[in-house]
Amino acid sequence: MMLSGDEDEEKWLAEGIAGVQHNAFYMHRALDSNNLREALKYSAQMLSELRTSKLSPHKYYELYMRAFDELRKLEMFFKDESRHGVSIIDLYELVQHAGNILPRLYLLCTVGSVYIKSKEAPAKEVLKDLVEMCRGVQHPIRGLFLRSYLAQVSRDKLPDIGSEYERDAETVMDAVEFVLQNFTEMNKLWVRMQHQGPGRVREKREKERNELRDLVGKNLHVLSQIEGVDLEMYKENVLPRVLEQVVNCKDELAQYYLMDCIIQVFPDEYHLQTLETLLGACPQLQPTVDIKTVLSRLMDRLSNYAVSSADVLPEFLQVEAFAKLSNAIGKVIDAQVDMPIVGAISLYVSLLTFTLRVHPDRLDYVDQVLGACVKKLSSAPKLEDSRATKQVVALLSAPLDKYNDILTALTLSNYPRVMDHLDDGTNKVMAMVIIQSIMKNSTCISTAEKVEVLFELIKGLIKDLDGAAQDELDEEDFKEEQNSVARLIHMLYNDDSEEMLKIICTVRKHIMTGGPKRLPFTVPPLVFSALRLVRQLQNQDGDVAGEEEPATPKKIFQLLNQTIETLLYVPSPEMALRLYLQCAEAANDCDLEPVAYEFFTQAFMLYEEEIADSKAQVTAIHLIIGTLQRISVFGIENRDTLTHKATGYSARLLKKPDQCRAVYACSHLFWVDDQDGIKDGERVLLCLKRALRIANAAQQMANVARGSSGPVVLFVEILNKYLYFFEKGNTQITASAIQSLIELITSEMQSESTTLDPAANAFFASTKRYIEFQKKKGGAMGEKYDPINV
Amino acid sequence: MNYLIGAFKPACNISITFADGKNRKQVPLKKENGQTIMVPLFQSQENISGKISIEPVLGKKVEHNGVKIELLGQIEMYFDRGNFYDFTSLVRELDVPGEIYERKTYPFEFSTVEMPYETYNGVNVRLRYVLKVTVSRGYGGSVVEYQDFVVRNYTPPPSINNSIKMEVGIEDCLHIEFEYNKSKYHLKDVIIGKIYFLLVRIKIKNMDLEIRRRESTGSGANTHVETETLAKFELMDGAPVRGESIPIRLFLSPYELTPTHRNINNKFSVKYYLNLVLVDEEDRRYFKQQEITIYSSCEENT
Repeated sequence: MMLSGDEDEEKWLAEGIAGVQHNAFYMHRALDSNNLREALKYSAQMLSELRTSKLSPHKYYELYMRAFDELRKLEMFFKDESRHGVSIIDLYELVQHAGNILPRLYLLCTVGSVYIKSKEAPAKEVLKDLVEMCRGVQHPIRGLFLRSYLAQVSRDKLPDIGSEYERDAETVMDAVEFVLQNFTEMNKLWVRMQHQGPGRVREKREKERNELRDLVGKNLHVLSQIEGVDLEMYKENVLPRVLEQVVNCKDELAQYYLMDCIIQVFPDEYHLQTLETLLGACPQLQPTVDIKTVLSRLMDRLSNYAVSSADVLPEFLQVEAFAKLSNAIGKVIDAQVDMPIVGAISLYVSLLTFTLRVHPDRLDYVDQVLGACVKKLSSAPKLEDSRATKQVVALLSAPLDKYNDILTALTLSNYPRVMDHLDDGTNKVMAMVIIQSIMKNSTCISTAEKVEVLFELIKGLIKDLDGAAQDELDEEDFKEEQNSVARLIHMLYNDDSEEMLKIICTVRKHIMTGGPKRLPFTVPPLVFSALRLVRQLQNQDGDVAGEEEPATPKKIFQLLNQTIETLLYVPSPEMALRLYLQCAEAANDCDLEPVAYEFFTQAFMLYEEEIADSKAQVTAIHLIIGTLQRISVFGIENRDTLTHKATGYSARLLKKPDQCRAVYACSHLFWVDDQDGIKDGERVLLCLKRALRIANAAQQMANVARGSSGPVVLFVEILNKYLYFFEKGNTQITASAIQSLIELITSEMQSESTTLDPAANAFFASTKRYIEFQKKKGGAMGEKYDPINV
Repeated sequence: MNYLIGAFKPACNISITFADGKNRKQVPLKKENGQTIMVPLFQSQENISGKISIEPVLGKKVEHNGVKIELLGQIEMYFDRGNFYDFTSLVRELDVPGEIYERKTYPFEFSTVEMPYETYNGVNVRLRYVLKVTVSRGYGGSVVEYQDFVVRNYTPPPSINNSIKMEVGIEDCLHIEFEYNKSKYHLKDVIIGKIYFLLVRIKIKNMDLEIRRRESTGSGANTHVETETLAKFELMDGAPVRGESIPIRLFLSPYELTPTHRNINNKFSVKYYLNLVLVDEEDRRYFKQQEITIYSSCEENT
């Protein structure tokens, strides 16, 4: 019957354990009766069970541990010469009579450890002999375990400084020598495992090797524990020797593991002082070794070390840690031609993290890292690998996170060059990250130069990149992006007006490239940003003289004019109209009549030519009226022209109610409730009367068209206008006129044909209540209202 | 021989004692009947002296034609059993013909006896030394008594003792270089050496060092060769790679070795060989045999 591999192994292990137990039993009996011969015989037989080749490392370990425990008892026996009567030197020979090498060497190591303890021979000699004799076992698993046993029993017996086995200063070297040799041999055996047996079980073998790796690594741990290994010795002796072995073994698994081991077991301080040596080994490793993880760990450790105490920082500078690391990474990348781009990038990310933590003040380092990265990236056109892209994003985000300040990133010349290598989507994501960082930290970008760099960085959002597939754009994402850009524009600010103007020009230059979809988002913030500058200039005016071509409101308005014009081609006329009006108002505040007039002209032209939708027209005309009303800069002529235009357009609106409302709104154009505002009562009355006529006409039209009377509410609205001007002291508005209007409304409301409009009723009722209230209040206003009856 | 004593009740008992019997070192000697007895140890050119006492049985007188003691060095070939070849034969007449009435003691002495060969007990040949006392009688047979003793000759450490160093191999398959620290070892010596692997293309399972004894007897067409493996000592477990150097340290003391004997009296030779055996995974054996000389040395007794 065939057994599966695992079952077989279980069986063999059970047999092995049984063999160990059986012989251990007789060995115990021999020990109890102090019979050395028998003890040696049965211990050798017991150890013969370890000669098996059938067990996997895992199972073999189990067997080994059984034998190991038994050997401890044997060691106790060897220690006590009174029990066996043989001197330790003779015993050392005696165990070597065993015919089989494996039991012989286990026994030799056991006696050897007692020999050292007895101090009858220098520890050095015994250790040297043991480590040399162990060469006889060339079978990888058996050899590894044997040598691991040797390492185990000798651990507390190394002639280290301060140990009882130390004889003179030289002996530390012996201890090191011993451990190094054992390490070297174990590593060779471990590596050799890979090349034995059929190729098809490679994976299984790698797994088995992984299980054994700590046996090898243990030696490095022991080395690190030797007191006498000071920096000097580590530098001159230990590290070069260990690295030599690591490099020469040419084995991927071993190189990775051992490099990591070195980094983990020895103190940071040593690494710092031996960086060159340690890093020098990296490019010599096999091309498949995951060197980036190794180096990342090293950099992690070093940066933790740097952060741990301020005292160590000078050391970093002294040894030029950054330069060395950077250099090494370059070499590794050059050496490992097959390393995927993601590997290289993640190395740079690690290096960047390192420098950000250790040398936060050295921006040039950061830039250097980015520069190196650019160099690497430029070997391929665009990044395709999504993992690599992620790494690049991490690379670019790191300085932002660290400094919380985009300004720092802006000083990095290579930053945008790295971004160039991202695909468009990622580029946008990165740009968003940048903007978010600015927003989060309320960073103010205050020079045109920085703005230039910034826009270079976020150009993915600012304009269509070459070959970008438009149809893939998600509308919502796009809006969000552009809103972010709009918000960003407000963060670009400088108190110095000249610089601010430069900033505005720079921004303008960039956003103008944005194309029709982006302009409606980006032009308004720019306009408002410029207007803010205008107001600022206005507050400090006078001081700006002297410099050639200082930032003047005039210049800014010219710029604005051109800017807003672009919206026409987008086309986004309504937006443009609003902006023109905003500009006009600002120009008014600056006392620049021609400019304001020009803006109004533009606004009217827009109204005429571009705004065709009737609803839009209504909104537009009200905006125009509202703005025009507030503007005080115009001379009579200009004002007349404009008000005339406005009233004209109002009366030409499509729907009667709209006409009516626009026209009564126009009445305010002739009555500005300021000290020296225009107060042309007659023309106010004309407007209101005209509104009344239109309201009447509307009413009749409604009667004709629908058989029901039109909206009474228009009359109520007009009534309210009357009341307003009445109160303001417009003599053209008389109490009798109001009285007749009230009566008109009352009769209209009672007419049968009028459809019931509760809102209009309520409006009218509250208007009447207001009049009553004014009458009762008395005083001048009360008297004025007195003649009106409701 | 003994059966003579058994067949006819001997007329007298003969005992042989050595002069320094109490102090002299006794060594084990394996008799042909398989028993091991302790016998005194001598070396060449020693004086062998002592006393013979003859005691008639039950007070009878013993008539004799003379009493003599012989010191014999004999070689016995097993294929020619019972036929001794005496290479040494010394005789001392102890008494003239006469009668012995009571216990009578004769001192004897062989001074500075040449005993060039050592006692040897091999597979096909035996070399022994024996004292033979003969009470000659005309009738009823002579009374004979034997006393074995062992001879070992110590040689001073050889003045020339080169190491054995050799490179051997099978082309494109296996090349090794081995070295044994000496070519001549004493019986309690240690063989130190190493095997250096220059080229390994076969999957080696293990490597042993064997000590082989080659005993050749007879001469010419009748030469008989017997080879025994006295020690099988595992040197290496597993497959080495190129560049490995495997140490050898083999203590000779646990093994029952004799010195090398070369052409002893034209009768036999005993030679020792170190046989280095490599076994591959298909159990094929590759070996190289080198002769070594074993000698006894005074050192080994200290």
